[in-house]
Amino acid sequence: MVIVFQSKPSFLAGGVVAGPLEKRSVFSQYFDTIYDDERWKMETNEQGHRKMIQEACEILMKKSGVNNLEIDFFLGGDLVNQMTPTNFAARELAISFIGLFSACATSVSSVIVASLLTELGASNLSIAGASSQHNAIERQFRYPVNYGAQKPQTAQWTVTAAGFALIGKHREECPCIEAATIGKVIDYGMDDPFHMGAAMAPAAFQTIQSHLEQRNQQFYNYDLILTGDLGQLGLKLLKGMLVENGVKKEELTLLRDAGAEFYGQDEAFQSGASGAGCSAAVFFSYIIQQLRAGSYKRVLLVATGALLSPLSYQQGETIPCTAHAIEITMK
Amino acid sequence: MVMTFVFAFIVGGIICVIGQLLMDVGNLTPAHTLSTLVVVGAILDGMGLYEPLIHFAGAGATVPITSFGNSLTHGALAEAEKHGLVGVLTGMFEVTSSGISAAIVFGFIGALIFKPKGNVD
Amino acid sequence: MEKEQYQQLEQSVTPKPPYFKNAAKAFFVGGIICTIGQAVSLFYIIFFDFTEATAGNPTVSTMVFFAMILTGFGLYKRIGQFGGAGSAVPVTGFGNAVISAAIEHKSEGLVLGVGGNLFKLAGSVVLFGVVSAFFVALIKYILVTLGVVSW
Repeated sequence: MVIVFQSKPSFLAGGVVAGPLEKRSVFSQYFDTIYDDERWKMETNEQGHRKMIQEACEILMKKSGVNNLEIDFFLGGDLVNQMTPTNFAARELAISFIGLFSACATSVSSVIVASLLTELGASNLSIAGASSQHNAIERQFRYPVNYGAQKPQTAQWTVTAAGFALIGKHREECPCIEAATIGKVIDYGMDDPFHMGAAMAPAAFQTIQSHLEQRNQQFYNYDLILTGDLGQLGLKLLKGMLVENGVKKEELTLLRDAGAEFYGQDEAFQSGASGAGCSAAVFFSYIIQQLRAGSYKRVLLVATGALLSPLSYQQGETIPCTAHAIEITMK
Repeated sequence: MVMTFVFAFIVGGIICVIGQLLMDVGNLTPAHTLSTLVVVGAILDGMGLYEPLIHFAGAGATVPITSFGNSLTHGALAEAEKHGLVGVLTGMFEVTSSGISAAIVFGFIGALIFKPKGNVD
Repeated sequence: MEKEQYQQLEQSVTPKPPYFKNAAKAFFVGGIICTIGQAVSLFYIIFFDFTEATAGNPTVSTMVFFAMILTGFGLYKRIGQFGGAGSAVPVTGFGNAVISAAIEHKSEGLVLGVGGNLFKLAGSVVLFGVVSAFFVALIKYILVTLGVVSW
């Protein structure tokens, strides 16, 4: 379902914090802080995860010159059980908070909710975003981090990063949110947790198609369509589906994927990056900065999420996925 | 002397290749692969085939996880021979304790001194 | 695009595992680990009072000790990524499964964390080893009693 925002809420600022391995990201120059300690000097990975979220939000507030009392809502989520890192960060931030879970698509679903609250007049300033911490997520969804299992070429590397954006009322000089599409949950019967790109590509396809259709737009009306964390193989599959559906090959150069590009061509990361922090970090640093600089006038951000749990996988369920999209423009 | 090393290398390598094929071609997880190999080791010993393999390849046969199934069965069989049916249960860990007890002890010590680290290479 | 059609596309795009390369790496890494095991065995036979038949036990324990060091410094997973089954199948892989789980779950304490999760990954190996050994020994016992085979 597409939502058109009449008041065009704006991205006022972005705050992105990343871990030590993310120094090697092609987007690292756009991040606000890169930390050398993956645990942020905390005792456990989960505490480090929380600290990372706090820092991203604090940087965001500092940049915009506001404090936590001036923020109306904090909307976000992560991938740890019951989203404790985000919940605990919300305790420290002391802002009215709703936790959101759309797996790796939380970066966009939180912005959609923040935009709706802004449109409603209920919010002057909201923080929206998502995060993931490699060690904490890996141990929950896969194996202990020191376990020597061979990852296939289809696997993706969970990013350690937190990306948050400050959403407020429309401002001329800031990129604004024109429209959004909330995706359906799509399941094409994929069941390999080491091949998430293949599970998520159909969801991205459906959301992109329905957004373009309902907005009455063509592929080439956008300067960029950027998906969240399909990885190199997932992106290939999405392109295959789009070509099948009549999108011209030359238009496909407008389609990119944050996860596929995140670590460059480094084979150590197999098919690329994933995790809620992947799309959040790229969307709320690189993309916002490019829009502000005027490099892009209109982009479609499509965050994809695999809605599985280790339990559902072990019980033999397939992997249902979703994708949420926001259309951002800059005057 | 040198030949025992060569045989250890080759036999150990072949058992690992079988494991790799179970994972790549058979699409098994590491846990399924190792469980399968342990069962194979137990059956081979039941047929009296594992001991000759150890004699031939030394560590090439004792180091892969198949030897765990072998020594469990070996203990059970030895006790069963002496004490009958009850021996099947009582003899099980007679021979095998080393791998498990080492893993438990070193696991505990490892937990005390190390922290999980997310490096890539 | 229909599900079946997508599954075909997925099959054509997804790279197959490099079977030969993976098998070669597994052979090489597994072979090396077993050769090191052979050297350790020899060490116990020469310097301690072990025979070829009994040297297996201390060898296995020593190999698990090596696995602890490599796991703790985050090296075993690198060997694992390269060697695949070559490092998973030797007893060092069993040790790695136990020790990595222990290190990972230390954050929940020694009793509930380390104690409760030590065999999270390796438990299935113990389970199937013991159960299969039980049935193999039982069957052999029955066969011997019936006079089909001898011990």
